[in-house]
Amino acid sequence: MINVRELAKRATETRAEERLGRQISLPWAAAVNIAIRNVTIRLGRAAITASGVVLGIAFLSYIWTAKVCQDAIEHDLARKARIAEIEQKAAEGQVIVPGAEEAAEEAQARAARQSWLVVMSLLVCAVGISNSMLMSVTERFREIGTMKCLGALDSFIVRIFLVEALLIGLLGSVVGVVLGHLGGLLMYSWRAGWDLPAKISWPAMLTYLAASVVIGAVIALLAAILPAVRAAQMPAAAALRSEI
Amino acid sequence: MAKIKCDKCSKEIETWGVVTVCPDCGADLQDQVREAERVTVAKAAEMVKDESATTHEFIVRTRGLTKVYKMGEVEVPALRGVDLDIRRGEYLSIMGPSGSGKSTLFNMIGGLDKPSSGSCFIDEVDLAQLTAFELAWLRCRKIGYIFQTFNLIPVMTALENVTLPMIFAGMSSDEMLERGRMLLELVGLGDRLNHKPFELSGGQQQRVAIARALANSPSIILADEPTGNLDLVTGKEIIALLKELNVGSGVTIISATHDLKMIDVSDRVVHIRDGQIERIERRSEIELQVGRLGEEEAG
Repeated sequence: MINVRELAKRATETRAEERLGRQISLPWAAAVNIAIRNVTIRLGRAAITASGVVLGIAFLSYIWTAKVCQDAIEHDLARKARIAEIEQKAAEGQVIVPGAEEAAEEAQARAARQSWLVVMSLLVCAVGISNSMLMSVTERFREIGTMKCLGALDSFIVRIFLVEALLIGLLGSVVGVVLGHLGGLLMYSWRAGWDLPAKISWPAMLTYLAASVVIGAVIALLAAILPAVRAAQMPAAAALRSEI
Repeated sequence: MAKIKCDKCSKEIETWGVVTVCPDCGADLQDQVREAERVTVAKAAEMVKDESATTHEFIVRTRGLTKVYKMGEVEVPALRGVDLDIRRGEYLSIMGPSGSGKSTLFNMIGGLDKPSSGSCFIDEVDLAQLTAFELAWLRCRKIGYIFQTFNLIPVMTALENVTLPMIFAGMSSDEMLERGRMLLELVGLGDRLNHKPFELSGGQQQRVAIARALANSPSIILADEPTGNLDLVTGKEIIALLKELNVGSGVTIISATHDLKMIDVSDRVVHIRDGQIERIERRSEIELQVGRLGEEEAG
Protein backbone atom coordinates (compact mmCIF):
# COMPACT_ATOMS: atom_id res chain seq x y z
CA MET A 1 0.00 0.00 0.00
CA ILE A 2 1.09 3.55 -0.64
CA ASN A 3 2.11 5.98 2.03
CA VAL A 4 -1.06 5.90 4.09
CA ARG A 5 -0.02 8.40 6.72
CA GLU A 6 0.72 11.09 4.18
CA LEU A 7 -2.52 10.47 2.33
CA ALA A 8 -4.51 10.32 5.53
CA LYS A 9 -3.21 13.73 6.45
CA ARG A 10 -4.19 15.05 3.03
CA ALA A 11 -7.59 13.43 3.34
CA THR A 12 -8.52 15.34 6.45
CA GLU A 13 -6.61 18.57 6.15
CA THR A 14 -8.57 21.69 5.38
CA ARG A 15 -7.46 23.61 2.39
CA ALA A 16 -7.53 27.37 2.72
CA GLU A 17 -8.98 27.89 -0.73
CA GLU A 18 -11.62 25.30 -0.07
CA ARG A 19 -14.93 27.13 -0.01
CA LEU A 20 -17.32 24.54 1.24
CA GLY A 21 -20.48 26.48 1.78
CA ARG A 22 -22.38 26.16 5.02
CA GLN A 23 -25.25 24.80 2.96
CA ILE A 24 -26.03 21.26 2.09
CA SER A 25 -27.57 20.96 -1.29
CA LEU A 26 -28.59 18.68 -4.09
CA PRO A 27 -28.61 20.63 -7.35
CA TRP A 28 -31.32 19.65 -9.81
CA ALA A 29 -28.69 18.61 -12.32
CA ALA A 30 -27.27 16.14 -9.83
CA ALA A 31 -30.73 14.86 -8.93
CA VAL A 32 -31.58 14.35 -12.60
CA ASN A 33 -28.26 12.61 -13.07
CA ILE A 34 -28.87 10.20 -10.20
CA ALA A 35 -32.46 9.61 -11.31
CA ILE A 36 -31.42 8.85 -14.90
CA ARG A 37 -28.85 6.39 -13.63
CA ASN A 38 -31.40 4.76 -11.34
CA VAL A 39 -33.76 4.34 -14.27
CA THR A 40 -31.19 3.08 -16.76
CA ILE A 41 -29.55 0.64 -14.38
CA ARG A 42 -32.88 -0.88 -13.35
CA LEU A 43 -34.16 -0.83 -16.91
CA GLY A 44 -36.29 -3.95 -16.51
CA ARG A 45 -37.81 -2.65 -13.31
CA ALA A 46 -38.40 0.78 -14.83
CA ALA A 47 -39.97 -0.84 -17.90
CA ILE A 48 -42.48 -2.67 -15.72
CA THR A 49 -43.33 0.55 -13.90
CA ALA A 50 -43.55 2.38 -17.21
CA SER A 51 -45.74 -0.33 -18.75
CA GLY A 52 -48.49 0.69 -16.33
CA VAL A 53 -48.28 4.20 -17.71
CA VAL A 54 -47.98 2.95 -21.28
CA LEU A 55 -51.15 0.87 -21.01
CA GLY A 56 -53.21 3.55 -19.30
CA ILE A 57 -52.11 6.32 -21.62
CA ALA A 58 -52.37 4.13 -24.72
CA PHE A 59 -55.98 3.44 -23.79
CA LEU A 60 -56.62 7.12 -23.12
CA SER A 61 -55.10 8.28 -26.38
CA TYR A 62 -56.89 5.49 -28.26
CA ILE A 63 -60.19 6.74 -26.89
CA TRP A 64 -59.36 10.29 -27.87
CA THR A 65 -58.12 9.30 -31.30
CA ALA A 66 -61.34 7.38 -31.77
CA LYS A 67 -63.31 10.43 -30.78
CA VAL A 68 -61.55 12.66 -33.30
CA CYS A 69 -61.96 10.00 -36.01
CA GLN A 70 -65.66 9.56 -35.23
CA ASP A 71 -66.13 13.30 -35.41
CA ALA A 72 -64.41 13.37 -38.78
CA ILE A 73 -66.48 10.48 -40.08
CA GLU A 74 -69.72 11.97 -38.85
CA HIS A 75 -68.80 15.31 -40.26
CA ASP A 76 -68.12 13.62 -43.56
CA LEU A 77 -71.42 11.72 -43.44
CA ALA A 78 -73.32 14.86 -42.57
CA ARG A 79 -71.70 16.63 -45.48
CA LYS A 80 -72.58 13.78 -47.81
CA ALA A 81 -76.10 13.72 -46.44
CA ARG A 82 -76.44 17.43 -47.04
CA ILE A 83 -75.21 17.04 -50.58
CA ALA A 84 -77.62 14.17 -51.13
CA GLU A 85 -80.39 16.26 -49.64
CA ILE A 86 -79.71 19.13 -51.96
CA GLU A 87 -79.51 16.79 -54.91
CA GLN A 88 -82.77 15.16 -53.86
CA LYS A 89 -84.46 18.49 -53.41
CA ALA A 90 -83.32 19.58 -56.80
CA ALA A 91 -84.57 16.33 -58.32
CA GLU A 92 -87.87 15.72 -56.51
CA GLY A 93 -88.56 18.66 -54.27
CA GLN A 94 -88.83 16.27 -51.24
CA VAL A 95 -87.09 16.64 -47.90
CA ILE A 96 -85.81 13.30 -46.55
CA VAL A 97 -82.76 13.01 -44.36
CA PRO A 98 -82.78 9.41 -43.20
CA GLY A 99 -81.78 8.73 -39.58
CA ALA A 100 -80.38 12.19 -38.83
CA GLU A 101 -81.91 12.37 -35.36
CA GLU A 102 -80.97 8.83 -34.46
CA ALA A 103 -77.40 9.47 -35.50
CA ALA A 104 -77.16 12.52 -33.24
CA GLU A 105 -78.60 10.56 -30.31
CA GLU A 106 -76.18 7.74 -30.86
CA ALA A 107 -73.23 10.11 -31.00
CA GLN A 108 -74.28 11.60 -27.67
CA ALA A 109 -74.54 8.20 -26.02
CA ARG A 110 -71.15 7.26 -27.42
CA ALA A 111 -69.57 10.44 -26.07
CA ALA A 112 -70.91 9.69 -22.59
CA ARG A 113 -69.62 6.15 -22.77
CA GLN A 114 -66.25 7.33 -23.95
CA SER A 115 -65.74 9.87 -21.17
CA TRP A 116 -66.64 7.13 -18.71
CA LEU A 117 -63.98 4.93 -20.32
CA VAL A 118 -61.44 7.76 -20.13
CA VAL A 119 -62.04 8.17 -16.40
CA MET A 120 -61.76 4.42 -15.87
CA SER A 121 -58.53 4.17 -17.83
CA LEU A 122 -57.03 7.06 -15.85
CA LEU A 123 -57.99 5.37 -12.59
CA VAL A 124 -56.45 2.07 -13.63
CA CYS A 125 -53.34 3.92 -14.77
CA ALA A 126 -53.03 5.83 -11.46
CA VAL A 127 -53.44 2.70 -9.35
CA GLY A 128 -50.92 0.79 -11.46
CA ILE A 129 -48.31 3.53 -11.30
CA SER A 130 -48.68 4.17 -7.58
CA ASN A 131 -48.32 0.48 -6.91
CA SER A 132 -45.12 0.31 -8.97
CA MET A 133 -43.72 3.46 -7.35
CA LEU A 134 -44.55 2.13 -3.90
CA MET A 135 -42.65 -1.06 -4.69
CA SER A 136 -39.64 0.71 -6.10
CA VAL A 137 -39.44 3.00 -3.07
CA THR A 138 -39.92 0.17 -0.59
CA GLU A 139 -37.20 -1.99 -2.06
CA ARG A 140 -34.80 0.92 -1.72
CA PHE A 141 -35.37 1.81 1.93
CA ARG A 142 -31.82 0.87 2.81
CA GLU A 143 -30.45 3.06 0.04
CA ILE A 144 -32.57 5.92 1.36
CA GLY A 145 -31.26 5.35 4.87
CA THR A 146 -27.70 5.39 3.57
CA MET A 147 -28.29 8.63 1.72
CA LYS A 148 -29.64 10.19 4.89
CA CYS A 149 -26.51 9.10 6.72
CA LEU A 150 -24.45 10.84 4.07
CA GLY A 151 -26.23 14.10 4.79
CA ALA A 152 -29.21 14.04 2.45
CA LEU A 153 -32.19 16.09 3.53
CA ASP A 154 -35.65 14.56 3.24
CA SER A 155 -36.27 16.87 0.32
CA PHE A 156 -33.28 15.43 -1.61
CA ILE A 157 -34.75 11.95 -1.40
CA VAL A 158 -38.17 13.20 -2.49
CA ARG A 159 -36.54 15.14 -5.30
CA ILE A 160 -34.66 12.12 -6.65
CA PHE A 161 -37.77 9.95 -6.59
CA LEU A 162 -39.93 12.61 -8.18
CA VAL A 163 -37.48 13.18 -11.01
CA GLU A 164 -37.39 9.43 -11.49
CA ALA A 165 -41.19 9.20 -11.56
CA LEU A 166 -41.38 12.09 -13.98
CA LEU A 167 -38.88 10.40 -16.31
CA ILE A 168 -40.73 7.13 -16.22
CA GLY A 169 -44.07 8.92 -16.59
CA LEU A 170 -42.92 10.95 -19.59
CA LEU A 171 -41.29 8.03 -21.37
CA GLY A 172 -44.24 5.75 -20.68
CA SER A 173 -46.73 8.39 -21.79
CA VAL A 174 -44.94 9.09 -25.05
CA VAL A 175 -44.78 5.41 -25.91
CA GLY A 176 -48.39 4.95 -24.81
CA VAL A 177 -49.59 7.89 -26.90
CA VAL A 178 -47.81 6.62 -29.99
CA LEU A 179 -49.24 3.12 -29.55
CA GLY A 180 -52.78 4.22 -28.72
CA HIS A 181 -52.90 6.82 -31.43
CA LEU A 182 -51.55 4.61 -34.19
CA GLY A 183 -53.82 1.77 -33.10
CA GLY A 184 -56.90 3.97 -33.14
CA LEU A 185 -56.04 5.61 -36.41
CA LEU A 186 -55.35 2.32 -38.16
CA MET A 187 -58.57 0.79 -36.93
CA TYR A 188 -60.75 3.67 -37.99
CA SER A 189 -58.96 4.08 -41.30
CA TRP A 190 -59.52 0.42 -42.01
CA ARG A 191 -63.22 0.83 -41.33
CA ALA A 192 -63.84 4.21 -42.87
CA GLY A 193 -61.36 4.27 -45.70
CA TRP A 194 -57.69 5.06 -45.91
CA ASP A 195 -58.26 8.71 -46.69
CA LEU A 196 -59.43 9.24 -43.09
CA PRO A 197 -56.17 10.83 -41.84
CA ALA A 198 -56.67 13.59 -44.41
CA LYS A 199 -60.16 14.27 -43.07
CA ILE A 200 -59.60 14.42 -39.32
CA SER A 201 -58.93 17.66 -37.51
CA TRP A 202 -55.22 17.48 -36.70
CA PRO A 203 -55.08 20.47 -34.31
CA ALA A 204 -57.70 18.80 -32.12
CA MET A 205 -55.92 15.46 -32.40
CA LEU A 206 -52.53 16.92 -31.42
CA THR A 207 -54.07 18.76 -28.47
CA TYR A 208 -55.56 15.51 -27.21
CA LEU A 209 -52.27 13.66 -27.67
CA ALA A 210 -50.29 16.36 -25.86
CA ALA A 211 -52.87 16.29 -23.07
CA SER A 212 -52.38 12.52 -22.81
CA VAL A 213 -48.62 12.92 -22.33
CA VAL A 214 -49.11 15.61 -19.70
CA ILE A 215 -51.75 13.59 -17.88
CA GLY A 216 -49.51 10.52 -17.85
CA ALA A 217 -46.57 12.45 -16.43
CA VAL A 218 -48.73 14.19 -13.83
CA ILE A 219 -50.31 10.93 -12.68
CA ALA A 220 -46.86 9.36 -12.34
CA LEU A 221 -45.72 12.36 -10.27
CA LEU A 222 -48.79 12.33 -8.04
CA ALA A 223 -48.53 8.58 -7.53
CA ALA A 224 -44.87 8.88 -6.53
CA ILE A 225 -45.22 11.78 -4.10
CA LEU A 226 -46.82 9.83 -1.28
CA PRO A 227 -44.40 6.87 -1.12
CA ALA A 228 -41.42 9.17 -1.65
CA VAL A 229 -42.41 11.51 1.16
CA ARG A 230 -43.17 8.58 3.44
CA ALA A 231 -39.80 6.99 2.72
CA ALA A 232 -37.94 10.26 3.18
CA GLN A 233 -39.54 10.89 6.56
CA MET A 234 -38.47 7.55 7.98
CA PRO A 235 -35.79 7.84 10.67
CA ALA A 236 -32.45 6.90 9.14
CA ALA A 237 -31.95 4.02 11.57
CA ALA A 238 -35.31 2.47 10.73
CA ALA A 239 -34.64 2.80 7.00
CA LEU A 240 -31.27 1.10 7.42
CA ARG A 241 -32.71 -1.73 9.46
CA SER A 242 -35.29 -2.71 6.87
CA GLU A 243 -34.45 -5.98 5.16
CA ILE A 244 -35.80 -6.53 1.70
CA MET B 1 -16.43 24.31 20.42
CA ALA B 2 -14.32 27.26 19.51
CA LYS B 3 -14.34 30.98 20.04
CA ILE B 4 -13.92 33.04 16.91
CA LYS B 5 -13.88 36.73 16.25
CA CYS B 6 -15.68 38.42 13.39
CA ASP B 7 -13.44 40.48 11.08
CA LYS B 8 -16.02 43.14 10.38
CA CYS B 9 -17.71 43.93 13.67
CA SER B 10 -15.23 42.19 15.99
CA LYS B 11 -18.03 40.37 17.75
CA GLU B 12 -16.92 37.25 19.59
CA ILE B 13 -18.95 34.18 18.78
CA GLU B 14 -18.87 30.72 20.23
CA THR B 15 -19.46 28.16 17.57
CA TRP B 16 -19.44 24.45 17.03
CA GLY B 17 -18.90 24.81 13.37
CA VAL B 18 -22.63 24.94 12.69
CA VAL B 19 -22.74 28.73 12.67
CA THR B 20 -20.48 30.10 9.98
CA VAL B 21 -21.94 33.54 9.52
CA CYS B 22 -21.65 36.41 11.95
CA PRO B 23 -25.08 36.87 13.59
CA ASP B 24 -24.56 40.64 13.72
CA CYS B 25 -23.17 41.68 10.40
CA GLY B 26 -23.65 38.52 8.36
CA ALA B 27 -19.99 38.26 7.36
CA ASP B 28 -18.79 34.88 6.13
CA LEU B 29 -16.66 33.31 8.85
CA GLN B 30 -15.99 30.02 7.11
CA ASP B 31 -12.22 30.39 7.22
CA GLN B 32 -12.10 31.44 10.85
CA VAL B 33 -14.27 28.51 11.85
CA ARG B 34 -12.07 26.12 9.92
CA GLU B 35 -8.95 27.54 11.48
CA ALA B 36 -10.43 27.41 14.98
CA GLU B 37 -11.46 23.82 14.40
CA ARG B 38 -8.00 22.93 13.18
CA VAL B 39 -6.43 24.40 16.29
CA THR B 40 -8.84 22.56 18.58
CA VAL B 41 -8.25 19.30 16.77
CA ALA B 42 -4.50 19.71 17.01
CA LYS B 43 -4.76 20.51 20.71
CA ALA B 44 -7.02 17.57 21.32
CA ALA B 45 -4.74 15.22 19.45
CA GLU B 46 -1.93 16.28 21.78
CA MET B 47 -4.13 15.70 24.77
CA VAL B 48 -5.23 12.24 23.75
CA LYS B 49 -1.65 11.13 23.35
CA ASP B 50 -0.92 12.41 26.84
CA GLU B 51 -2.68 9.78 28.92
CA SER B 52 -1.77 11.56 32.16
CA ALA B 53 -3.71 14.68 31.25
CA THR B 54 -6.79 15.00 33.39
CA THR B 55 -8.66 17.37 31.11
CA HIS B 56 -9.80 15.99 27.82
CA GLU B 57 -12.00 17.58 25.32
CA PHE B 58 -14.94 15.32 24.75
CA ILE B 59 -16.24 15.12 21.22
CA VAL B 60 -19.17 12.94 22.18
CA ARG B 61 -21.00 12.88 25.49
CA THR B 62 -24.12 10.97 26.36
CA ARG B 63 -26.16 11.52 29.51
CA GLY B 64 -28.76 9.09 30.79
CA LEU B 65 -29.40 7.74 27.33
CA THR B 66 -32.30 5.30 27.17
CA LYS B 67 -34.14 3.72 24.29
CA VAL B 68 -37.23 1.60 24.40
CA TYR B 69 -38.45 -0.21 21.32
CA LYS B 70 -42.11 -1.03 21.10
CA MET B 71 -42.71 -4.45 19.61
CA GLY B 72 -46.48 -4.53 19.44
CA GLU B 73 -47.66 -4.65 23.05
CA VAL B 74 -44.28 -5.43 24.52
CA GLU B 75 -41.77 -2.73 25.37
CA VAL B 76 -38.19 -3.82 24.91
CA PRO B 77 -35.58 -1.63 26.58
CA ALA B 78 -32.45 -1.51 24.39
CA LEU B 79 -30.54 1.10 26.38
CA ARG B 80 -30.99 1.74 30.08
CA GLY B 81 -29.18 4.91 31.01
CA VAL B 82 -25.82 5.23 29.28
CA ASP B 83 -23.35 7.93 30.33
CA LEU B 84 -20.35 7.93 28.05
CA ASP B 85 -17.64 10.47 27.29
CA ILE B 86 -15.58 10.03 24.17
CA ARG B 87 -12.39 12.03 23.67
CA ARG B 88 -11.43 13.76 20.49
CA GLY B 89 -8.99 11.69 18.49
CA GLU B 90 -9.74 8.52 20.39
CA TYR B 91 -10.18 5.03 18.98
CA LEU B 92 -13.05 3.66 20.99
CA SER B 93 -14.63 0.26 20.69
CA ILE B 94 -18.06 -0.53 22.00
CA MET B 95 -18.19 -4.23 22.71
CA GLY B 96 -20.93 -6.51 23.80
CA PRO B 97 -22.89 -9.58 22.76
CA SER B 98 -25.57 -9.17 20.13
CA GLY B 99 -28.72 -7.65 21.55
CA SER B 100 -26.73 -5.77 24.18
CA GLY B 101 -27.66 -2.40 22.72
CA LYS B 102 -24.41 -1.44 21.04
CA SER B 103 -25.98 -0.81 17.66
CA THR B 104 -28.69 1.23 19.35
CA LEU B 105 -26.04 3.31 21.08
CA PHE B 106 -24.28 3.69 17.74
CA ASN B 107 -27.50 4.99 16.18
CA MET B 108 -28.00 7.49 19.00
CA ILE B 109 -24.48 8.86 18.71
CA GLY B 110 -24.79 9.11 14.95
CA GLY B 111 -28.06 11.00 15.18
CA LEU B 112 -29.78 8.23 13.22
CA ASP B 113 -32.40 7.59 15.86
CA LYS B 114 -33.91 9.58 18.70
CA PRO B 115 -33.41 8.44 22.29
CA SER B 116 -36.49 7.77 24.44
CA SER B 117 -34.90 9.91 27.14
CA GLY B 118 -31.54 11.40 27.96
CA SER B 119 -29.37 13.36 25.59
CA CYS B 120 -26.43 12.94 23.31
CA PHE B 121 -23.99 15.77 22.66
CA ILE B 122 -21.61 15.99 19.73
CA ASP B 123 -19.09 18.79 20.12
CA GLU B 124 -21.26 19.98 23.01
CA VAL B 125 -24.30 20.29 20.73
CA ASP B 126 -27.38 18.46 21.95
CA LEU B 127 -28.58 16.41 18.99
CA ALA B 128 -32.17 16.67 20.20
CA GLN B 129 -32.01 20.46 19.76
CA LEU B 130 -30.99 20.32 16.12
CA THR B 131 -33.37 20.95 13.26
CA ALA B 132 -33.62 18.44 10.44
CA PHE B 133 -31.37 20.65 8.36
CA GLU B 134 -28.68 20.93 11.04
CA LEU B 135 -28.84 17.22 11.66
CA ALA B 136 -28.31 16.53 7.97
CA TRP B 137 -25.45 19.03 8.01
CA LEU B 138 -23.90 17.21 10.94
CA ARG B 139 -24.22 13.82 9.24
CA CYS B 140 -22.82 15.24 6.06
CA ARG B 141 -19.72 16.94 7.45
CA LYS B 142 -19.02 15.89 11.01
CA ILE B 143 -19.69 12.19 10.95
CA GLY B 144 -18.66 9.43 8.59
CA TYR B 145 -20.57 6.16 8.80
CA ILE B 146 -19.34 2.67 8.12
CA PHE B 147 -21.71 -0.28 8.30
CA GLN B 148 -21.47 -4.01 8.66
CA THR B 149 -23.30 -4.49 5.38
CA PHE B 150 -21.23 -1.77 3.63
CA ASN B 151 -24.40 -0.04 2.38
CA LEU B 152 -22.91 1.26 -0.82
CA ILE B 153 -25.42 2.55 -3.35
CA PRO B 154 -25.59 -0.44 -5.71
CA VAL B 155 -26.20 1.52 -8.91
CA MET B 156 -23.18 3.80 -8.46
CA THR B 157 -19.53 3.15 -9.13
CA ALA B 158 -16.95 3.29 -6.35
CA LEU B 159 -16.02 6.84 -7.30
CA GLU B 160 -19.66 7.95 -7.46
CA ASN B 161 -20.33 6.42 -4.08
CA VAL B 162 -17.44 8.34 -2.59
CA THR B 163 -18.41 11.63 -4.22
CA LEU B 164 -22.09 11.43 -3.25
CA PRO B 165 -21.61 13.10 0.17
CA MET B 166 -19.53 15.75 -1.58
CA ILE B 167 -22.47 16.52 -3.90
CA PHE B 168 -24.59 17.11 -0.80
CA ALA B 169 -21.83 19.32 0.59
CA GLY B 170 -21.97 21.42 -2.56
CA MET B 171 -18.44 20.75 -3.77
CA SER B 172 -17.58 21.62 -7.36
CA SER B 173 -17.38 18.58 -9.61
CA ASP B 174 -13.67 18.93 -10.44
CA GLU B 175 -12.76 19.15 -6.80
CA MET B 176 -15.07 16.26 -6.09
CA LEU B 177 -13.51 13.92 -8.63
CA GLU B 178 -10.01 14.81 -7.55
CA ARG B 179 -10.79 14.23 -3.90
CA GLY B 180 -12.74 11.05 -4.65
CA ARG B 181 -9.77 9.63 -6.55
CA MET B 182 -7.42 10.64 -3.78
CA LEU B 183 -9.56 8.97 -1.11
CA LEU B 184 -9.92 5.75 -3.07
CA GLU B 185 -6.18 5.74 -3.59
CA LEU B 186 -5.79 6.22 0.13
CA VAL B 187 -7.77 3.07 0.85
CA GLY B 188 -5.84 1.18 -1.82
CA LEU B 189 -8.48 1.11 -4.54
CA GLY B 190 -6.89 3.53 -7.00
CA ASP B 191 -7.43 1.02 -9.81
CA ARG B 192 -11.08 0.25 -9.01
CA LEU B 193 -12.60 3.71 -9.44
CA ASN B 194 -15.26 2.72 -11.94
CA HIS B 195 -16.26 -0.64 -10.53
CA LYS B 196 -19.77 -1.15 -9.24
CA PRO B 197 -20.13 -2.52 -5.70
CA PHE B 198 -21.12 -6.00 -6.94
CA GLU B 199 -17.87 -6.17 -8.88
CA LEU B 200 -15.87 -5.69 -5.69
CA SER B 201 -15.06 -8.13 -2.90
CA GLY B 202 -16.40 -7.56 0.62
CA GLY B 203 -13.14 -6.07 1.82
CA GLN B 204 -12.96 -3.77 -1.19
CA GLN B 205 -16.54 -2.65 -0.66
CA GLN B 206 -15.74 -1.82 2.94
CA ARG B 207 -12.74 0.18 1.76
CA VAL B 208 -15.00 2.16 -0.55
CA ALA B 209 -17.30 2.73 2.43
CA ILE B 210 -14.35 4.01 4.46
CA ALA B 211 -13.35 6.36 1.64
CA ARG B 212 -16.94 7.56 1.48
CA ALA B 213 -17.00 8.12 5.24
CA LEU B 214 -13.96 10.37 4.82
CA ALA B 215 -15.53 12.34 1.97
CA ASN B 216 -16.18 15.59 3.81
CA SER B 217 -13.32 15.38 6.32
CA PRO B 218 -15.45 14.31 9.29
CA SER B 219 -14.20 14.59 12.86
CA ILE B 220 -15.88 11.34 13.85
CA ILE B 221 -16.06 8.01 12.08
CA LEU B 222 -18.79 5.74 13.35
CA ALA B 223 -18.29 2.13 12.43
CA ASP B 224 -21.04 -0.40 13.18
CA GLU B 225 -19.43 -3.84 13.13
CA PRO B 226 -17.14 -2.91 10.24
CA THR B 227 -15.57 -6.37 10.18
CA GLY B 228 -18.76 -8.34 10.82
CA ASN B 229 -19.18 -9.51 7.23
CA LEU B 230 -15.49 -10.00 6.46
CA ASP B 231 -13.12 -12.89 6.83
CA LEU B 232 -10.31 -12.82 9.37
CA VAL B 233 -7.55 -11.44 7.13
CA THR B 234 -9.70 -8.82 5.39
CA GLY B 235 -11.10 -7.81 8.76
CA LYS B 236 -7.59 -7.29 10.05
CA GLU B 237 -6.75 -5.13 7.03
CA ILE B 238 -9.81 -2.97 7.59
CA ILE B 239 -8.97 -2.56 11.28
CA ALA B 240 -5.40 -1.61 10.36
CA LEU B 241 -6.69 0.95 7.87
CA LEU B 242 -9.01 2.49 10.46
CA LYS B 243 -6.15 2.68 12.94
CA GLU B 244 -3.90 4.33 10.36
CA LEU B 245 -6.56 6.94 9.73
CA ASN B 246 -6.99 7.47 13.44
CA VAL B 247 -3.29 7.96 14.07
CA GLY B 248 -2.53 9.74 10.83
CA SER B 249 -5.29 12.31 10.87
CA GLY B 250 -6.58 12.41 14.43
CA VAL B 251 -10.11 11.46 13.41
CA THR B 252 -12.12 10.01 16.27
CA ILE B 253 -13.19 6.45 15.59
CA ILE B 254 -16.10 4.91 17.42
CA SER B 255 -16.72 1.34 16.55
CA ALA B 256 -19.45 -1.00 17.72
CA THR B 257 -18.10 -4.50 17.44
CA HIS B 258 -17.78 -7.90 18.95
CA ASP B 259 -14.61 -8.59 17.04
CA LEU B 260 -11.79 -9.20 19.52
CA LYS B 261 -9.22 -8.11 16.91
CA MET B 262 -10.43 -4.57 17.53
CA ILE B 263 -9.08 -4.62 21.07
CA ASP B 264 -5.48 -4.43 19.85
CA VAL B 265 -5.97 -1.04 18.28
CA SER B 266 -8.53 0.54 20.60
CA ASP B 267 -7.55 3.25 23.04
CA ARG B 268 -10.49 2.32 25.20
CA VAL B 269 -13.03 -0.45 25.14
CA VAL B 270 -16.54 0.07 26.47
CA HIS B 271 -18.28 -3.14 27.42
CA ILE B 272 -22.04 -3.04 27.16
CA ARG B 273 -24.41 -5.59 28.56
CA ASP B 274 -28.20 -5.41 28.76
CA GLY B 275 -28.28 -1.80 27.65
CA GLN B 276 -25.88 -0.57 30.31
CA ILE B 277 -22.17 0.08 30.45
CA GLU B 278 -20.65 -2.84 32.26
CA ARG B 279 -17.09 -1.52 32.38
CA ILE B 280 -14.69 0.68 30.47
CA GLU B 281 -11.15 -0.52 29.91
CA ARG B 282 -8.12 1.39 28.81
CA ARG B 283 -5.64 0.00 26.36
CA SER B 284 -2.99 -0.40 29.05
CA GLU B 285 -5.33 -2.47 31.18
CA ILE B 286 -6.57 -4.54 28.28
CA GLU B 287 -3.24 -5.68 27.05
CA LEU B 288 -2.87 -7.80 30.15
CA GLN B 289 -6.23 -9.38 29.59
CA VAL B 290 -6.12 -10.21 25.92
CA GLY B 291 -4.95 -13.71 26.66
CA ARG B 292 -7.82 -14.32 29.01
CA LEU B 293 -10.35 -12.92 26.58
CA GLY B 294 -8.90 -15.07 23.85
CA GLU B 295 -9.40 -18.15 25.98
CA GLU B 296 -12.95 -17.12 26.72
CA GLU B 297 -13.61 -16.84 23.02
CA ALA B 298 -12.12 -20.24 22.38
CA GLY B 299 -14.13 -21.81 25.19
